[in-house]
Amino acid sequence: MTTTTAAVTGVHEQHRPVPGIPLGRVVRVELRKMFNTRSGFWLMASLVIVGVLATVGTILFAPDDQLTHNTFAAAIGFPMTIVLPIIAILSITGEWSQRTGLTTFTLVPHRGRVLLAKTVSSVLVGVGAMLVALVVGVVGNVVGTAITGTDLVWDLSAAQFGTIVIGSLLCLLTGTMLGMLLRSSPAALVTYFVMTLVLPTLFGILATNQPDFVDVQPWVDAELARSFLFEGPPQGEQWAQVAVTAVLWLVLPALVGLRAVLRSEVK
Amino acid sequence: MITVENLSKRYGSTVAVDHIDFTAEAGRVTGFLGPNGAGKSTTMRMMVGLTKPTTGTATIAGRRFADLPNPGLDVGVMLDASAQHAGRTGREILTIAAWTTGVPGRRVEEMLDLVSLSPTEADRRVGSYSLGMRQRLGLATALIGNPRVLVLDEPANGLDPAGIRWMRDLLRDFADGGGTVLLSSHLLREVEVIADDIVMIGRGRIVCQGSKADLLRGVGSVARATDTRALRAALHAAGMDTTVSDDGSVATDGEPERIGQVAFAAGVVLTELRHTEGGLEDMFLELTADHQREGKNRERKAA
Ligand SMILES: Nc1ncnc2c1ncn2[C@@H]1O[C@H](COP(=O)(O)OP(=O)(O)OP(=O)(O)O)[C@@H](O)[C@H]1O
Ligand SMILES: [Mg+2]
Repeated sequence: MTTTTAAVTGVHEQHRPVPGIPLGRVVRVELRKMFNTRSGFWLMASLVIVGVLATVGTILFAPDDQLTHNTFAAAIGFPMTIVLPIIAILSITGEWSQRTGLTTFTLVPHRGRVLLAKTVSSVLVGVGAMLVALVVGVVGNVVGTAITGTDLVWDLSAAQFGTIVIGSLLCLLTGTMLGMLLRSSPAALVTYFVMTLVLPTLFGILATNQPDFVDVQPWVDAELARSFLFEGPPQGEQWAQVAVTAVLWLVLPALVGLRAVLRSEVK
Repeated sequence: MITVENLSKRYGSTVAVDHIDFTAEAGRVTGFLGPNGAGKSTTMRMMVGLTKPTTGTATIAGRRFADLPNPGLDVGVMLDASAQHAGRTGREILTIAAWTTGVPGRRVEEMLDLVSLSPTEADRRVGSYSLGMRQRLGLATALIGNPRVLVLDEPANGLDPAGIRWMRDLLRDFADGGGTVLLSSHLLREVEVIADDIVMIGRGRIVCQGSKADLLRGVGSVARATDTRALRAALHAAGMDTTVSDDGSVATDGEPERIGQVAFAAGVVLTELRHTEGGLEDMFLELTADHQREGKNRERKAA
């Protein structure tokens, strides 16, 4: 090689004294990635569509005396516990299923940071969706009672809304956890529905056949413990049960998943 | 400059990459050549931290990839142009890369221009892109941070001859500006067209490395003389084996200088004397032809 090459090397090969990539930027990028695919866009749109459909359904089918804000909130909130985890799952598994991780993890080589950004952006979407649901519920309540001519009932307290948000976020984070643990969209989706639909049924059967299990159930059945959050603020011991089941079904598997992501090969 | 030292990767009992060392110099295009399954992609994944090496290190101008604060500004990487979300538009993919590296948004348009993707094409979802368009988009993504080093896995794959010419010119300019380019290929012809230096890998081991000119020249020489029989006799007397072709040219494994001396001493008139061609090709074909054959790698380093 010639001296010119060496000279050029000297100039260009010094690393630029650049700052690292701030977490806020990665969060912004991950948020954008949730919206800018066709499937992602419709998933986000479905949050609003489902909310409106649930409101219309409540007006049409709920008995007139139950047209209260609480009813609307429950009707809108339930579909959220299905859509939000799907959003959280796909945000993570897409990097493997769609193989975009090849780019993502070379632009940000610290995978823990990317996962943190994904978790934060999923939670932001979740909180945003709950606020949308609150507004749709208010509109539904006002419009619905106006149509039926019944009294307006505002029976959803701030505390209750707060625990519903916590419950929904626990569902969402369960999606995040499954995404990390399984890194495959179909596997994570199926597991989520097994965890939320099949497992509670099994626990229920166990409780009917084994009377001893009834006392234990709220400490191990995450779905049951979460229902305390959705059905009004939990009381005393119920908070502990929420925490214990969350550690068991969310925190511990998430740690295993985190380890798996950090060690896995991206290809 | 990219430096690879003692790098290896073992998957259970499979050794995908077996203690390799090489450098890709700044100002040059280095072709990483090897048949399918030789370990090229595995090596490149280890360079950028997607795969953990079993032994060894890879550094970019002295730093590990994971230690680069904002790698997109130092190294452009394209490992698989098809690894993109099919439902995202080309422009969105570039925008995400621009946001992540923190470069201004106008870089997106500049890159689209550079790789000749039209605005309409850029707004289409990559699911509908041809392989060539994906390669162009991948290259645009790699270049968006204006890096000094490029790591490209099979970038010419799927390109038509005009596309290959375009890529060669682009990479040539990049290297002439002092950049380092490492590109892999399983096609000798492709590497021959684009690269200055060649690192050839087979079954996880480096088979040979050096400048393309040196490697293509091969070992030994071909000579022609007015008196073929006299030339052969002189070479045999000097202890060299010879092979005569139908056209009367004599092939030996001695270097041209040596043949010239022997002919001169014997008073034989040479009409032609040159290096054997296709040494690299033979070696590459040998590698490709029989994957089972072990221990036949000719270790050779050209200066
Ligand atoms: N996860 C894995 N488990 C087991 N073996 C693997 C794994 N990944 C790669 N290999 C093996 O490692 C070897 C090298 O593969 P690699 O993809 O690096 O080859 P390559 O040179 O890029 O080939 P190609 O030209 O086909 O792209 C192959 O024999 C492959 O089967
Ligand atoms: Mg490969």
